[in-house]
Amino acid sequence: MREVKSSQITDKIKELFLKANFYINPDLMQRLEKALEEENSPIGKYVLKMIIENNEIASREEVPICQDTGLAVVFVEVGQEVHLVDGDFTEAINQGVREAYQEGYLRKSVVDDPVFERKNTKTNTPAIIYTKIVPGDKIKFLVMPKGFGSENMSAIAMLKPADGEKGIVDFVVETVKKAGPNPCPPTIIGVGIGGTIDKAMVIAKKAIVRKINQPNKNPKYAALEKEILTKINNLGIGPAGLGGNITSLAVHIDYLPTHIAGLPVAVNVCCHAARHAEGAI
Amino acid sequence: MKKIIKITTPLDTKKIIKLKTGDFINITGNIYGARDAAHKRVFELIKKGQKLPIELKGQIIFYAGPTPAKPGYQCGSVGPTTSYRMDPYTPSLLERGLKGMIGKGFRSKEVIDSMKKNKAVYFAAVGGTAALIARSVKKSEVIAYKDLGAEAVFRFYVEDFPAIVVVDSAGNNLYETEPPKYRK
Repeated sequence: MREVKSSQITDKIKELFLKANFYINPDLMQRLEKALEEENSPIGKYVLKMIIENNEIASREEVPICQDTGLAVVFVEVGQEVHLVDGDFTEAINQGVREAYQEGYLRKSVVDDPVFERKNTKTNTPAIIYTKIVPGDKIKFLVMPKGFGSENMSAIAMLKPADGEKGIVDFVVETVKKAGPNPCPPTIIGVGIGGTIDKAMVIAKKAIVRKINQPNKNPKYAALEKEILTKINNLGIGPAGLGGNITSLAVHIDYLPTHIAGLPVAVNVCCHAARHAEGAI
Repeated sequence: MKKIIKITTPLDTKKIIKLKTGDFINITGNIYGARDAAHKRVFELIKKGQKLPIELKGQIIFYAGPTPAKPGYQCGSVGPTTSYRMDPYTPSLLERGLKGMIGKGFRSKEVIDSMKKNKAVYFAAVGGTAALIARSVKKSEVIAYKDLGAEAVFRFYVEDFPAIVVVDSAGNNLYETEPPKYRK
């Protein structure tokens, strides 16, 4: 057994949330540069230049890329050989979020009760935590500060198996079309297919942060990603929704076995920043 | 690239009717930051006929809640939030003399009709460029509803704040006219 202290978890979570909010991932930055070359619209080019300049300022000065520093989403893989000591696991993660948002001058955007009080918790907690037990003696973290401009444009459908490939393409493209300028295009589209209604959305969310445009390992799903991306970019929405041929930077699909009667399709829309950071203890 | 038009706040009808959809604008002067919770409160006050925390006549509201300012900075990162959530409240504010809004995303038909009637303009700022936009904010202060934290009402003094006219006072809408040119 390997011992891990809760304070180590707190420190790592804090470090990762600061990193995710200040630094755009290099593969995404390269994709934005390429988008600037590919974009035909003058307004679209102007918007992409602003986005690139913004990301450069954020990393240089260590200030948030976006004022919506997000709801703190954390995916954890805990090795089964790890023994957690000195405190509560969930609290250790929330403490890391609290420290990052306080000390990093990040915006606190969480309200306690979604309907009636909507009172700000002032700490940006609680975090949304997904935990998986895996072999090994490490703890791996993936953090995603998820902004709600794009989260609000996400959607799920329980399609009929007969709807098949076409049904999936139509639903994803329609979701992006309806969202228009709202989710800060050019977007990254995470798609989760199969599983249950809840699990489909979780894998869609995680698919967002795959290395940009790295195709699905299954060639059939890779072809589906390509087809959807082409159809999305043919919508003409463009950067900031002000017209252009780059509406999405990538479509990432993940899939799971599902029930004989079902075809769940989840679309998690993400803005052009797709903020995330990974680390391990 | 198109020439950038410089404007100063407050706005009046004479200035507004010159602004056309697709114009690149640099705004200088005071603008007011307010989002969901502050709109809800202002809307309630208007309904009750009570005094508002800000005089809306001729002003611009920026749908935004900044990050806290780092030491040595005038303002934290600040960019537009999605505007449609303010739509239910907006026509009442336009009736009270609000002349401009800065946000991102679609507006409802009711808002656009009210903008035409009251001669107002809707600007887009580029979502997700909050570190860049913050450079144009020279002064930032909370002037009402401090208890709302990031959702308080802010007064920002801005110089050359970058924006694009999306819906002009005649109701022309860039979100409707520009994307079809690139549709395949």
